[in-house]
Amino acid sequence: MEMDDALTKAPDSGGLPALFSDWFAGRGWQPRPHQLDLLARAQAGHSVLLIAPTGAGKTMAGFLPSLVDLHQSGPARPGEPVFGPHTLYVSPLKALAVDIERNLTQPVTEMDLPIRIETRTGDTSAHKRRRQKIVPPDILLTTPEQIALLIAQKDARRFFLRLKTIIFDELHSLVISKRGDLLALGLSRLRALAPGLQTIGLSATVAEPDDLCAWLAAQHDETTDNVGTGRSLADRIEVTGGARPQINIIETEERMPWSGHSARHAIPAIYEAVKAHRTSLLFVNTRSQAELLFQGLWAANADSLPIALHHGSLDQGQRRKVEAAMAAGKLRAVVATSTLDLGIDWGDVDLVIHVGAPKGASRLAQRIGRANHRMDEPSRGLLVPANRFEALECQAALNANYLGHQDTPALKPGALDVLCQHILGAAVAEPFDAVTLFNEITASESYRTLDWETFERCVDFVATGGYALRVYERHARIRKRKDGLWALTHPRIAQQYRLNVGTIVEAPMLLIRQIRRVSSIGRGGRALGKIEEGFIEALVKGDTFRFSGTTLRFEGIRENTVYVTPAQTEDARIPSYAGGKFPLSTYLADVVRGMLADPQSWDQLPPQVAGWLRLQAEKSLLPKRDQLLVETFPRADKFYMVAFPFEGRLAHQTLGMLLTRRLERAGARPLGFVASDYSIAVWGLRDMGAIFARGEPSLGALFDEDMLGDDLEDWLADSYMLKRTFRTCAVISGLIQRRHPGLEKTGRQVTVSTDLIYDVLREHEPDHILLQATRDDAASGLLDIRRLGEMLSRIKGRIVHQQLERVSPLSVPILLDIGREAVAGDANDDLIAEAAGIAPGELETGGDPWTNGAAVNDGIEPAIRQPRDRAGGRSEGRRRPARRRSSGNG
Amino acid sequence: MAELPVHLAGVRIALDPAGAVWLPDHRALIVADLHLEKATSFGVGRVRKNFLPPYDTRATLLNLTQLIARRNPALVICLGDSFHDRGGPDRLGDQTRQITALQAGRDWLWITGNHDPELPAHIGGDVADHIQLDGLHLCHEPGESTGGGDSGNIAGHLHPVAKIRTRGRTVRRRAFVCDQSRLIVPAFGVLTGGLNVLDPAFARYFGHGGLRTYMLGTRQVHAIGAAALRPDRDRTARV
Repeated sequence: MEMDDALTKAPDSGGLPALFSDWFAGRGWQPRPHQLDLLARAQAGHSVLLIAPTGAGKTMAGFLPSLVDLHQSGPARPGEPVFGPHTLYVSPLKALAVDIERNLTQPVTEMDLPIRIETRTGDTSAHKRRRQKIVPPDILLTTPEQIALLIAQKDARRFFLRLKTIIFDELHSLVISKRGDLLALGLSRLRALAPGLQTIGLSATVAEPDDLCAWLAAQHDETTDNVGTGRSLADRIEVTGGARPQINIIETEERMPWSGHSARHAIPAIYEAVKAHRTSLLFVNTRSQAELLFQGLWAANADSLPIALHHGSLDQGQRRKVEAAMAAGKLRAVVATSTLDLGIDWGDVDLVIHVGAPKGASRLAQRIGRANHRMDEPSRGLLVPANRFEALECQAALNANYLGHQDTPALKPGALDVLCQHILGAAVAEPFDAVTLFNEITASESYRTLDWETFERCVDFVATGGYALRVYERHARIRKRKDGLWALTHPRIAQQYRLNVGTIVEAPMLLIRQIRRVSSIGRGGRALGKIEEGFIEALVKGDTFRFSGTTLRFEGIRENTVYVTPAQTEDARIPSYAGGKFPLSTYLADVVRGMLADPQSWDQLPPQVAGWLRLQAEKSLLPKRDQLLVETFPRADKFYMVAFPFEGRLAHQTLGMLLTRRLERAGARPLGFVASDYSIAVWGLRDMGAIFARGEPSLGALFDEDMLGDDLEDWLADSYMLKRTFRTCAVISGLIQRRHPGLEKTGRQVTVSTDLIYDVLREHEPDHILLQATRDDAASGLLDIRRLGEMLSRIKGRIVHQQLERVSPLSVPILLDIGREAVAGDANDDLIAEAAGIAPGELETGGDPWTNGAAVNDGIEPAIRQPRDRAGGRSEGRRRPARRRSSGNG
Repeated sequence: MAELPVHLAGVRIALDPAGAVWLPDHRALIVADLHLEKATSFGVGRVRKNFLPPYDTRATLLNLTQLIARRNPALVICLGDSFHDRGGPDRLGDQTRQITALQAGRDWLWITGNHDPELPAHIGGDVADHIQLDGLHLCHEPGESTGGGDSGNIAGHLHPVAKIRTRGRTVRRRAFVCDQSRLIVPAFGVLTGGLNVLDPAFARYFGHGGLRTYMLGTRQVHAIGAAALRPDRDRTARV
C-alpha cells in the first residue's frame, strides 16, 4: 500500500472517524482527497471506480470505506446477521492478495480495529478453507476462481448475507479475459445473494473508463445514474497527474540487429544502467527472453551484483525467495516476465528497463510505473529495442506515453463457454429458475446483450450437451423439476464441477526435476519448475536448454516429469522464441505507420534505424500512413512477396494462411509463409510480382475482404489454432474435464482427443453452441480475424506494389525470421549482402553495409542470380529495373 | 484409391487406404476397432457425464458404407472392439438399421474384443472370438509372438499410428504395422485415438528390425522406412 506521502491540501475529513484521522496524523499523513471522496460516495451507498496512477494510495482508498464501516458498526447486535465476510477483495494474482494482507494488517493492528483479514486462494490449505466457512473473516482477500467456488456452495445464501462491499483490484486487467467474464457472472450472483452490494473498482488509466463503470454497476438497477448511454454507471473518481515518467531509449554503440529478440547487443549498456541505479526491474515479454537476458547479464557481471530471475515457470518456492530478497532490498536487479506486471509493492525500484517492444502504450506506462512507487516522483524507464522494427515501436510507444494516450483493449461481450460453466455452478448451489437466472446474468455489463434463445441453448448444453440428436435426455446433468426449477440430477456432478472451475486452460506443463545421474530417473530430484510439453517434445536425449538461469541436459520423461542433469557446457539450445503473448496494439501500429511515412520524425530514432529507413526510401519506397506496401522479389531459386500491414502477429498468421490458399489457386505455387508483428512474407516457385502485374489476380483482388468468407471457412475446418481454441472452450464449458495430475490413470477422465471431437462436431452439427463459442474466440483471440477484417477494409484501393530485383532493407528482418527456422550458417549474411547490394564477404569489413558507405555494386553476385534466371527467366523482361543506390549514406 | 498388395505368411492380401484389409480370394473385408457409440459411452455413466457429440457412430458407419460400396465384399469381418462398451449396441437406436442394411446379401462376422466381449443378437451377423482363414488367424488382440512360424495373424486392438516429420511439419496418421507373419490393422472408428508404432507395446509382438509400417494416405498406402518414424512424447496414450 502506498500511503507514505501526504498532500498539502487540508482534507475535509467528513465521514472519517477520529480514530482514523488520528491514525493518519500519527504517521504524519493526511488522507488524500480522493480517499475521502471515495469514502463519502461509498457511505452514500454508491459504487465507485477509482482510476489513479501507481503510488496514489489506491489500495487504502479502496479499503477505507470497509474499515470505517466495520469500525462504526462495532459488534453485532442481537438478531443481526453476522455470518460471512463483510468485504470481498478480488485480485488477479494470488501474490497480490498475500501482499495486500500484509499491508492491510498494519493499520488495522495499529488502530486496534476488531477486524479479521484472511486470504483464500488456490494455495490455501483445505483445513484453512474449511475453517473460513465456519468462522469467516470480516475481510476476505481472494481470486475470481474462489468466488466462483464460494457462490456454488450449498450455503452460499447464508455465507454472503452480510456482504456489503466487493473491491476489485487491477480491474483493467481483470475484465479483458475470460476470467473477467467468470468474475462478472460471480458478481451478478453476489448481487442476488446480497442486495445492496456496493462495488469498488481500482484501476490504472484506461482508454474507455465508462466500460469499467458499467462493469461495476448492475444494469437493471434504477438507483445508479444513466448517463446518455443507456447503461448504468458507477461513480468515477479519477486522480490525474502524478509526475510524468522519464523514459528513454537505450543508447548503445553496438550494431542494432535486423531481427531476433535477444537484445544481446545491448547487454553491456543494460549492465551499466543497472550499476548506476539502486534497484532495477527488467521486464521482458517471454520466459525465453528472460532466460537469455539473465544469462547475458550474468556473463557481464564483473562486479558480482546480486541479480535474480523471476518468471511464471519457476518453482513457487524459488519465486517467493526472489520476492522476499527484493522486498528486503537485497537485490540490485530482477529479470521478470509479466508475473510481476501488477501492483505488487517492490520497495525501492528506481529504474524499470523494458527489453523488447512494449506492444502497447498503456502496457508500457503500467510497467514503467513499477519504478518509484511514489506518485510525485517521476518513474524512470529505459527501453531496449531488440531489433530495428522494435526501435520504431519503442519510439511510437514513447510518443504515445508523452501524449498520455491509452490503448487498453476494449471490453468484449462475455464468452459463452464461461456462461455454461456458471449455469452449472448455479445448479450446484441450489435449484434455479431459468428466467430469474437470466435476469441476474444480463444485469452484468458483460452479458447485457445476451439473448434468451442463446441462454436457453447454454442451459440445454449444460443439461444434455445441447445436440440436435437428443441421446442424452435420460442422462441429463441438470433437469427441470415439476416446480419449474432446474436441479442437479446427482450430487457427484457438484464434485465434477468443483474440479473444473476456472477459465485458465494452460498448455500441458511438465515438471522439471534435476537429478545427478541418469540412473536415478524416476527417483525424486530437485523440482526446478514447469515447462511446456510442446517445447520438451522437440528435444531428444542429450539436448541442452536454459532454464532457471542454468544450462540443463535433457535425460528423459517419466509420466509427467522431465528429468534433467546439469550440463557441462554453457552453450544451450535456448527455448525458442514463441512470440509474445501480446500483439502490437492497433494504436501503436498506426503510430509506427505514421513514422514510416514521415521522414521528419526519423531524427528521434537511433541513427542506424534512420539510415535503414532512408535506404528503404531509396531502394524501394516507404508507404504512406494509410497504404499497404507489398514488395515482390526473387531470391535464390524462389520468389517472395512481403507485405507490411503492421497488424500484429496473430492477424498476420491468419492472413498468411488465407493468402497462401489464394496464391495456390492462382498457380503461384507458394511454399510457405512467415509472420511477424509488422509484416508477412510468402515464398513460392512462381514470380508473384509478375502474376500481380498481369492481374492474375491483381493485388487488390488478392487482398479483397472476401477472403474472410469461404476461404476462411475452408481453412478454419482444419486449423490447428481453431482446434486449440476449441479445446479451451470444451474444458471451460465442462464438455470435457481438465487434466488433473494423478487422475489420468484412474480412467475417470475423457481421453478422447479434442481434435477428433471437433472434427465430428463440425461435420455433423456446425451450429452447436460450443462451435459458436469457438468462433467468437477466434475472432479476437488466436486468429484475430476482427483485426484482419478491419485492415483489409482500411487498405482497399491503397495497396502499393514494388516489383524489385532483390530484397529491400525493410524486408530483410522478416526474411531473417525464415532464416532462423530453415536456413543455416552464412545464409543470413548472404541475405543482408544481397539487400545491400554488395557481395557476400564484404560484410566482414565491418558494421552495417548500409550506413557505413561500403562499396556497392549492384551487378555482381552471380551465385545469387543464376538460379533466379533459371527459375524465372521468362518474366525477366517484365520486371522493373533494379533500383540502384547512387551513393553511400548514413 | 490404390490398394497395396502384400504377402502375409505366404497369403496374398491387400492394404486399403481406408484402413482396411482385403482378402481377394474370399472377397473378404477386414476392419478393426470401430468403437461405435464411443462418444455416448462417456455421457451415460451415473457419475461420469461428458456429453460428447453423439455423431461418431454415424460418421464411422458412413465411412464403412462407402468402403463396402467400393469393395462389395462377400464377407465383412470386424476385428473386435466394434462397440466401445457393452451398452453400445443398445444405444445405437435407429442406426441399427444402417448396420442391418450393410449386412444384406453378404456374410458378416463380429469378432469379440476386450470392449465388446459379448454382442447381442439384434445387431445381426455371426459372433466369434477368432476365425481361421487360409491359414491366417484373425482375432482382436495379437497373439504372443509367432516367431515367424507358418501361420499368419491379423489383429487390431493397438490402434497403430505413425508419425513422421517432413519439411518441418509433423504428420501423424493411422498405419498398418506388420512383419512376415503378423499384421496389425489400424482402428477404423473416427473417435479412436492411436498408439505410436514406436511404442514398446508393438515391440512385444515384432522382433527387432522386422517391423514394417504402412501409413494411410488420402489415396494410397505409403511404406515408411524405420528411420523416418518419430515417437510421440506424450505418454498418455489417447485410446
